[in-house]
Amino acid sequence: MEITAAEALVRCLELEGVELVFGYPGGAILPVYDALYNSKQIKHILTRHEQGAAHAASGYARATGRVAVCMATSGPGATNLVTGIANAYMDSIPLVCITGQVPTVQVGTDAFQEVDITGITMPIVKHSYLVKDPNQLPCIMKKAFHIASTGRPGPVLVDLPRDVQDKKIKFRYPQQLDLPGYKPTYRGHPSQVANAAKLIRKSRRPVIYAGGGIINSNASEELIKFAETISAPVVNTLMGLGSIPGDHPLSLGMLGLHGARYANLAVTNCDLLIAVGARFDDRVTGKLESFAPEAKVIHIDIDPAEISKNMIAHLPIVGDTKTVLRALLEKIEPRDNGEWVKQVQRWKEEYPLTYDKNGHLKPQYVVEQIYRYTKGQVVVSTDVGQHQMWAVQYFKFNRPRGLITSGGLGCMGFGLPGAIGAQIGRPDETVVLISGDGSFQMTMTELATAVEQNLPLKIFILNNHRLGMVRQLQEFYCDKRYMAVDFQFDLDFAALAGIYGLRGYTVTSAQELGRVLPRVFDEPGAVIVNCLVDEDENVMPMVLAGRGIDQCID
Amino acid sequence: MKLTGAEALIKALQDEGVDTVFGYPGGAVLPIYDALYDSDLNHILTRHEQGAAHAADGYARATGKPGVCFATSGPGATNLVTGIANAYMDSVPLVAFTGQVVTSLLGRDSFQEADITGITMPITKHNYLVEDPADLTKIVREAFYLATTGRPGPVLVDIPKDISSGETEYEKPAPLCMPGYKPPTSGDEDLVNQAAAAIMASERPVIYAGGGVISAGAHEELKQIAQLMVAPVTTTLMGLGGFPEDHPLSLGMLGMHGSRYANYAVCECDLLLAVGVRFDDRVTGKVESFAPNAKIIHIDIDPAELSKNVPVDIAIVGNLKIVLKQLLERLTAKLPGAWQDRIKQWKKEYPLQFETGKDTIKPQQVIKEIYNVTGGRARITTEVGQHQMWAAQYYTYTRPRSFISSGGLGTMGYGFPAAIGVQVGCPDEVVFDIAGDGSIQMNIQELATAVNYELPVNVAIMNNGYLGMVRQWQEMFYNRRYSHTEMINPDFVKLAEAYGAEGYRVEKAADIKPVLEQAVKSSRPVMMDFVVEQEENVVPMVPPGEALNNMLG
Amino acid sequence: MLHTLAVLVENNPGVLARVAGLFSRRGFNIDSLAVGRTDNPAISRMTIVVEGDERTLEQVTKQLHKLVDVIKINDITKEPHVERELVLIKVQADRAARLEVMQIAGVFRAKIVDCGPKTLTVEATGTEDKINALEEALRPYTIKELMRTGKIAMLRGARYTTVK
Repeated sequence: MEITAAEALVRCLELEGVELVFGYPGGAILPVYDALYNSKQIKHILTRHEQGAAHAASGYARATGRVAVCMATSGPGATNLVTGIANAYMDSIPLVCITGQVPTVQVGTDAFQEVDITGITMPIVKHSYLVKDPNQLPCIMKKAFHIASTGRPGPVLVDLPRDVQDKKIKFRYPQQLDLPGYKPTYRGHPSQVANAAKLIRKSRRPVIYAGGGIINSNASEELIKFAETISAPVVNTLMGLGSIPGDHPLSLGMLGLHGARYANLAVTNCDLLIAVGARFDDRVTGKLESFAPEAKVIHIDIDPAEISKNMIAHLPIVGDTKTVLRALLEKIEPRDNGEWVKQVQRWKEEYPLTYDKNGHLKPQYVVEQIYRYTKGQVVVSTDVGQHQMWAVQYFKFNRPRGLITSGGLGCMGFGLPGAIGAQIGRPDETVVLISGDGSFQMTMTELATAVEQNLPLKIFILNNHRLGMVRQLQEFYCDKRYMAVDFQFDLDFAALAGIYGLRGYTVTSAQELGRVLPRVFDEPGAVIVNCLVDEDENVMPMVLAGRGIDQCID
Repeated sequence: MKLTGAEALIKALQDEGVDTVFGYPGGAVLPIYDALYDSDLNHILTRHEQGAAHAADGYARATGKPGVCFATSGPGATNLVTGIANAYMDSVPLVAFTGQVVTSLLGRDSFQEADITGITMPITKHNYLVEDPADLTKIVREAFYLATTGRPGPVLVDIPKDISSGETEYEKPAPLCMPGYKPPTSGDEDLVNQAAAAIMASERPVIYAGGGVISAGAHEELKQIAQLMVAPVTTTLMGLGGFPEDHPLSLGMLGMHGSRYANYAVCECDLLLAVGVRFDDRVTGKVESFAPNAKIIHIDIDPAELSKNVPVDIAIVGNLKIVLKQLLERLTAKLPGAWQDRIKQWKKEYPLQFETGKDTIKPQQVIKEIYNVTGGRARITTEVGQHQMWAAQYYTYTRPRSFISSGGLGTMGYGFPAAIGVQVGCPDEVVFDIAGDGSIQMNIQELATAVNYELPVNVAIMNNGYLGMVRQWQEMFYNRRYSHTEMINPDFVKLAEAYGAEGYRVEKAADIKPVLEQAVKSSRPVMMDFVVEQEENVVPMVPPGEALNNMLG
Repeated sequence: MLHTLAVLVENNPGVLARVAGLFSRRGFNIDSLAVGRTDNPAISRMTIVVEGDERTLEQVTKQLHKLVDVIKINDITKEPHVERELVLIKVQADRAARLEVMQIAGVFRAKIVDCGPKTLTVEATGTEDKINALEEALRPYTIKELMRTGKIAMLRGARYTTVK
């Protein structure tokens, strides 16, 4: 039977097991929306801005590990996705983005709501397609899902001209794919694995540096077993948090620019650095020459292009982190680096993460209390800025996919839609959003979406009435010449909550926070807690620009 | 004199006469913001970079000066993308400066790195990645020259952090040398002669004027020509205000939601003088049936627009103001005749109209009232959707730069930040954003900006509880299958009040006028929630792909 | 140093833009790029000459591989290979100089492909060195116009850059 390509698209989504689509309709995607109207399997979440749809999809993918789908119309709909796509690209999140396009005959004529979205997104997608032949659509959709979710995951964009959506085709979903240029490597090379085992045997002071690649491959179990077997402390990147429980004795939390001093010390002094699913980002390494200066480096990653991109790896292993760790575990016997582990433990005691507890309501305290109250059994989404760093410093993430945050792009405004996506993906869990007053305003319009979908988000805004991270940078690098960071006008977020039909609280002291917390988590619905925190608090420790991570200041 | 790159940038901006910038700070633009600290440039801090881009665009459209916006690298830069695309489609002079990661980290997926020159390649007139602080002043000069001359458009300058903090010698740059860029000036004499002859020979002329008239400041010349030719003038959405709509020769807007008489006139004319337009699909409908009997003269500054969508008979490349003057010299006054009578007849027979509701407010009614209350002197911005079309149809625009709307890209969420930019550029004027309930939510966060800078912007929301335009299409072309067009809205009045703005809900027709009068008087931002007829449609309408004279409604 | 890469890509729309965009965004320098279809119309072949050290080249290769449309990349710089470039040079050649220009062309086994009243157009193929030498030899006669295609290259003998 012949169906329209728009109907075929919906069929493809159904066959890929898609249950949710985040989107915003418009002229050039109308046929697809009309086809969605009939789908029993797929629920559509209408956001209030396409940026919200892209971020929510990304949050959903991060929280569930599944490919997420977002949809927008041509022109501004498509360009409004750009930040969300770039964000997913930087953090290797599997996303399939479907955009409407003007009819094929109008492509290239500057038609109404036309933009060259495949051109615009070329630098920020894993791959993209402009569909010209409706018969190709099923094949393209299959490829899109395959590319987005395999190898190093990432966003794939499918741009669908309006006339193509209306064309009738004979629907057949392909069984097999023909992608001669795309063959990710999963198994590590056996001899490289054997060599790695040798290096591990020789090492006395190993450190495992684990990133988002562990989360993406669901390799957390293997990582923990590996760390325990070789008796190596584990430092995490921002994206890797939760891959080993934050309260595990071998966990050192986050390293890098705002990492714990003991994590950075461990890296600086190790003789073997085993990087797994991490990419030696500048926020992690600081000055490259001072990063793990005494160490041999084993780098395990699924993306060959990451190996020796920033830091030379003595022993690269290209492969899926889960598969490679399993292979490694077979090759090594339990080891005991007791002295080293004790040394690291001493550093942990000597240089704990801490803050000045005097004075006003401290943002770090708020995070600590959320952690204590929830015992860490929640999913945390964050925005970007100081609060993000405090959230990851003072909340211990005890399981993978417990932290939903924008790492590589550092995208303010991700938090709320990210939390929406996470909550929809994990309806039985409590989702907490830790945000800042600047970030929250960027996408606060999505509160309407959260209300419409009945999502019981617990939103904490660490409100310092300014762009705190930029202010901090200006304090350190610009002689406290504060420019354009002070919101002279303050929005009452508790009142805002009321307008959207959420419960809102304002807290100004530790006592108030203590009283409010039980109510927040007992309340069945969504809550905003406006935490008026110390305005000039800084994120510490901090590695100044151009320095090595061994030189952090507190 | 030794300066940092950032200081040189600020100085170069001042040399270009820039006094206002819209932006949002971040790590990679720190040196630039630090240099701003010492300058007397007026910086407007928005709440999202999209707001900054749209505000700069609105500022440019209202004042005719280039709009300038700043953003940091990565998400800051990508958040500008819609605003840049919007300016590109509507040929608005915009110069966007973005911070970038330090040069040594470029290309390594560094923190907050995005290849913004690559991303914006399809939507900028030109863009630059600055590689040496010594190049900054020259690049700034080129950027402004490119943005404002020829067919205006957005230019993006991406500045790595080490470039803005690096040192350079500041000197006034040498004269521009751009062998690949020569904006056209006067029109070819022969072609102008041919055009004049064709005009003099025509019996049923129509002038079809667009945004180019406003960009070129050629509205006076246009009026003189129209009067000499006794030719009715229809404008595109972008051209509204380019010809006074209270003039007897005005036909208002043409195209998909144009007036019947404008579309009929275009279908029946024997000569179409197209000035600063681009024969967009929303204007022409079915291309083969567009002005089928007419000799078409097309004057535009962008040679690539000539015969792009519709083949024309006489194509003149040039600056409109100059070409229209050339043309004026060759024309003699004509007398009205049967054609003009026929147009009068159409105007009488098919006026733009709507039925006043019994119990409900009609959105068209609100717009007419805004016109009455402001005496037609307001600067109107719009979002995108049904309300935009009603704003185009029912407000009478009498001067250029008084209607500010996203035409080519059709960006929901444009109107409100644009209104902020307009108000910053025109502090003494009354500014209205005519909005829909869907669109206004897209950049609602900018309420904080309006309140923060005490900008008395008026927002009139035509609240129908739907994405109305999409719903209308679903009603007309998809059997009323309203797929995901209904939405829950916040209480806009309370929202306004929470921000310290004024908020009013209007549910009765009798309240429209008093509320509008109150809004105009207020010195604070005002948000008006007009609860309007939910399923009102924009008519008349040319269904997509149909000829202009095949109108519904 | 310069590296010569033979790259097989799927002949999809936008593939050239993807490759060019990658080079610009990653800060790699293209010395020359030539592209055309192969015996299989679904596959195009690019010869890219890149400037950079070994580490840059490693990144170039790996990043190129990440493009879904890129099927195969062969760094043939150090392998025995044939490489050719085509050049067209329009030289000012009045009656006096005409013969000399033709003689020089003869030395380089170049062809005269156009003969104007005051100019000669010379066509030559060869290695980059040879083309450079021809250009230098003709320079004194005033080059009015010159255009090179960029290098194309192929491995010698029994070794191939083809899809398996």
